[in-house]
Amino acid sequence: MPEPFAQTVPMKRLLKVYLDKPELAGIVLLILLIAIFQVTSHGFLLSYDNLRGVLGLLPEMGMVAIGVTILMIAGEFDISVGSVFALAPMVMAITNNMGVPFVPAVLLGLMAAAGIGATNGMITLRFGIPSFITTLGMLFIARSITVVISGGFPPLLSPDIPNWIFTQYIGLIRMSMFWFAGLAVILAITLSLMNLGNWIKATGGQIDAANAMGIPTGRVKMFCFVLCSVLAGFAGIIQVLRLGSPLPSLGEGLELQAVAAAVIGGTSLFGGIGTVVGAIVGALLIRVIDNGLVLSRVDANWFKFAIGALLILAVIGNTWLRRQSRRIKLET
Amino acid sequence: MAAPIIEAKGLHKWYSGVHALKDVDFHVDKGEIVGLVGDNGAGKTTLIKVLSGVHRADQGQVFIEGKPVDIATPKQAMDLGIETIYQTNSMVPTMSIARNLFVGREPLTASLFGIGLMDHAKMRDDSVKAIADVDLHLRSPDALVGELSGGQRQGVAIARAMYFKSKVLVLDEPTNHLSVKETSKVIGFVKGLRAQGLTGIFISHNMHHVFQSCDRVVAMARGEVVFNKPAGETSIDEVHGYL
Repeated sequence: MPEPFAQTVPMKRLLKVYLDKPELAGIVLLILLIAIFQVTSHGFLLSYDNLRGVLGLLPEMGMVAIGVTILMIAGEFDISVGSVFALAPMVMAITNNMGVPFVPAVLLGLMAAAGIGATNGMITLRFGIPSFITTLGMLFIARSITVVISGGFPPLLSPDIPNWIFTQYIGLIRMSMFWFAGLAVILAITLSLMNLGNWIKATGGQIDAANAMGIPTGRVKMFCFVLCSVLAGFAGIIQVLRLGSPLPSLGEGLELQAVAAAVIGGTSLFGGIGTVVGAIVGALLIRVIDNGLVLSRVDANWFKFAIGALLILAVIGNTWLRRQSRRIKLET
Repeated sequence: MAAPIIEAKGLHKWYSGVHALKDVDFHVDKGEIVGLVGDNGAGKTTLIKVLSGVHRADQGQVFIEGKPVDIATPKQAMDLGIETIYQTNSMVPTMSIARNLFVGREPLTASLFGIGLMDHAKMRDDSVKAIADVDLHLRSPDALVGELSGGQRQGVAIARAMYFKSKVLVLDEPTNHLSVKETSKVIGFVKGLRAQGLTGIFISHNMHHVFQSCDRVVAMARGEVVFNKPAGETSIDEVHGYL
């Protein structure tokens, strides 16, 4: 077996810390890209106006990425999030236009999302089929429901809706950022400091062991499916309140960006490994690439190329780093 | 004499037409390590699965310290003090030793409906002590279980069972898939259990391992208990004759 590349003990220890926190690789990459784009955009990337724009959009994608990440840690996938992202605000807009007040209408939208998540979970667990397939089916089903209930015409939002609670800017920061930050902190605490987080990691890491230790793995997965859908629905609602109208085509392709963000942020495709910070870093990386390419006057059609390349490199990098990490044993 | 720690009477189990347990009586007294041997398909694993709550017997009764009990889930078995250590998958490799030790039974500082904040300091301190108790010395409770050798993992699993003061420790072929060196380490853990007066059931294919570490040998064949004698009064050849 070849020797690990780091030979000296302090070097090894540093490497070990770095390797055991997969999101750190993403953070380093993020800083690097920001530096590059800062130069190629002639200093515009980190300007006040541009930061305002980039950070204003981050919560929508970031929330979806966090939900997908937590579900992936529990060992399951959800690629229906893009459709749920459109369905929840559609339900909210239609019920609001029918006379339901704003807050109950938002709750109805979130309940629709929760219903989709619960259905994903129930089908996956009851029939023991891969969640990739369940949610691929749901991607079409939820999108179809969205288009059908819209009647083909996107409803207009009532002007009385207090959308400022999400869209208002306070200096650099949009209100949606506070919602996002609050949820992210709660979920990060849940994942790393609470017993529920321990169960989620155990369920995705080694389900037989989790079952043997009495963890209700079915209910844990169910919780993650519902959480993932509700976060996607909530993100969709925030976007619609920003845009002013729920387009039935909203969020198309978002599911893949969310999975990409999760994986770029160090989440393992096999479950058990991942962090909320990683999901945010992944989402931020995608936003920075999107924005940075435009600011650097690169043809915008290269965006997907860049995301694709980054995704593949991230997985290769993380796999390699994890293998190195396993080889390095400090005085065990 | 006191009632056995765990006792099964007249157990029957059918798997879609296969009679896996045929009127099995089995007991373990306090402070003894019983070796359970038998060929593949002899019914050892089925018996253990009934005792650890993975399967339910179709007929018969299990007693804990003389009281009849119904063990429907692994969680109930653990609550009754029966802790099972499986061949390979009793640990989550992607989690730290401290988290593995307490998984499913995390000490909480504050909680609502059973969900709450974990007491990390207690988890780390207690896991260090628990591991030292089985004479296993590891660098840090934060190391990932995936980095440990197979023998060390079994050591952590045994430490976990001892920490939670289980009445009976069930070791289901703990030496499978291990190297010779690692195997002897695990046998050492089992001997350590006996020295500390703990009660256990050690399931193995390997007669030598059982004779090295157990007080009594029970053999199963074709779903029945065919042999039951103290290890000191029998020999490997005699047991082989019954299989």
